[in-house]
Amino acid sequence: MDWSLPDYKSQTSEVRARFEALKARPVMLDVQGLGKVFPSRKKSETVLKDIGFQVHRREFLSIIGPSGCGKSTLIRIVAGLEQASSGTVKLENTPVEGPGPDRGMVFQNYSLFPWQTVLGNVRFPLILQGHGASIAEAEARTWIDIVGLADYEEYYPSQLSGGMRQRVAIARALAAKPKVLLMDEPFGALDAQTRSKMQAYLLEIWRKVDVTVLFITHDLDEAVFLSDRILVLKAHPGEVQELIEVPLPQPRNSAHTLTPEFLAVRRRLDELIHPQGDDDAEKFEMLRLAPAGDEVL
Amino acid sequence: MKIPGFQPRKPLTGRQKWILTLLSFVLPVGLWSVVSYVPFVWHPVILVRSVGGSSALEQGERVDPAFFQAENQKLAAEGKPLAAGLRANPIFLPSPGRVFEAFFKAFTTPPRRVGDPWLAESLWHSIQIIFWGFFLSSLIGVPLGILAGTYGFFKGLFEPFIEFFRYLPAPAFGALTVAIWGINDGPKIAIIFIGTFFQQVLVISNTTAKCDTTLLEAAQTMGARGVRLLSSVVIPSVLPDVYRDQRILLGWAWTYLIVSEVVGTSSGITFFIDQQAKYREYANVFAAISMIGLIGIATDMVLGWLGRFFFPWRRLEGKEA
Ligand SMILES: Nc1ncnc2c1ncn2[C@@H]1O[C@H](COP(=O)(O)OP(=O)(O)OP(=O)(O)O)[C@@H](O)[C@H]1O
Ligand SMILES: [Mg+2]
Repeated sequence: MDWSLPDYKSQTSEVRARFEALKARPVMLDVQGLGKVFPSRKKSETVLKDIGFQVHRREFLSIIGPSGCGKSTLIRIVAGLEQASSGTVKLENTPVEGPGPDRGMVFQNYSLFPWQTVLGNVRFPLILQGHGASIAEAEARTWIDIVGLADYEEYYPSQLSGGMRQRVAIARALAAKPKVLLMDEPFGALDAQTRSKMQAYLLEIWRKVDVTVLFITHDLDEAVFLSDRILVLKAHPGEVQELIEVPLPQPRNSAHTLTPEFLAVRRRLDELIHPQGDDDAEKFEMLRLAPAGDEVL
Repeated sequence: MKIPGFQPRKPLTGRQKWILTLLSFVLPVGLWSVVSYVPFVWHPVILVRSVGGSSALEQGERVDPAFFQAENQKLAAEGKPLAAGLRANPIFLPSPGRVFEAFFKAFTTPPRRVGDPWLAESLWHSIQIIFWGFFLSSLIGVPLGILAGTYGFFKGLFEPFIEFFRYLPAPAFGALTVAIWGINDGPKIAIIFIGTFFQQVLVISNTTAKCDTTLLEAAQTMGARGVRLLSSVVIPSVLPDVYRDQRILLGWAWTYLIVSEVVGTSSGITFFIDQQAKYREYANVFAAISMIGLIGIATDMVLGWLGRFFFPWRRLEGKEA
């Protein structure tokens, strides 16, 4: 069936101008020839192979790919939590070695400090950076305000919902003033409604704060809705399939998810992630447990 | 019908908990009362009330029933007055009433021999031994455990030797500790230290190793490194569990008390119990033993309560403090 969607590569002049402006910006994150091999006793496993891409300042770049293709490994290498086997990661032309506050990270499981309140958590990076207690507190409050949790300052993480916890995690990561915000499936554990609210929140925050976002997801709609560009990986070994420019203007709102451009990109991602229509139910040989001819057709 | 308390992993209501707590004490004390007060249950000996014409029996003595009967038959044959007696329990099992009485009188009863310590003094001495042994052990053991649980270097360096040493029974060091520290409190504290320390390092190291790695990673991406990771992330994250471990270890330390108190000169509650047993005051023995139990459980309850105060977030997570 032909849904007569536009080519996902065609861009309006407005969008094209936007991408030109984006690419004219300095490169914030430069990944070249990145490879990762996990050695094991039997045979070593190549998880990532020759990954290369650049993220420009204040860009929102998503990485998607099938489960196990090495997305988490990739973002952990960028964060400095994992060592690359080959290739380089440069932040503003400086090779990264080990983790540092210039690359903040938000994890899927929130990883908030359970012994500290919301305020304590968000204050943590500020105190690490040597701010005095009162300045750190005031600044932490600003970040808590930005993520809309001013009334929950004194709550412990366990008293918050998943969405609120993730907002605290974002506030805490941003309070360290990172140049790049790394997010590994941050909304993966949230229900659909909370998730779409959080997406809107994130875009809003990203607009207000000078930060470049590298975002991992396996949710195709989420990737299209949020991103300027989407890096599509394939599995075994993890390699770049395509770098897609999302032909939608920013700022985005939920209406964009129904535009032909959105759906065109969405369909393209589907083709890349699930090749040759493997969702074809007819192929399954399945035991019949309901009488034949009883279906509602 | 659903029997309360028999659904897997379902917590009891407050009322059910109280009833069971009560029962857990009432049942053993009840059993003890039955054995003590119901005459035909057990009561294997005869308590001699009056000796009659016998010269072999003594008033207040507990004798074998067969011997008592044989003696009475002999008296009957000789035409002498018969001895009278009651069936009774052996002297080492006093009745609950006698023990409760001893318990409440214990602190006001002066020692039989002038110069011997009062019960309160004995207990206080024991508590001091435990305190110093456990305190010194914790002072070194907890930091070492935390280091070993965090850094591979310390784990590799400490744990093999400690694994070996913890199999050496603490009482085996009695003679050695006396040779080093003399006969007073030194060796006693040392025994408690030896009994606690090696387990402590391993237990705390194990607990510390359970610190959630993603918390460490999150802190690293915010710029924490080195000792800061230890002080700002590892320690606060494992502190409630270390605290719980310490409560359990303190219980273990008590089990080394009796051993330590017979090292060198006998002292503390052990000396008190020994003396009472010598005087055959078994009610006092039971009272002193249950006092140890009470002190133990009271300490643990206070520590548990303090734990809830120190670590308020634990209860919100539904975890024991
Ligand atoms: N520490 C490790 N040692 C050995 N193999 C590893 C290690 N970490 C990851 N892997 C392997 O690397 C591959 C990629 O893992 P990774 O977690 O990066 O995938 P992912 O794309 O994030 O998957 P998902 O979408 O399920 O989160 C997997 O096959 C995994 O088994
Ligand atoms: Mg992953």
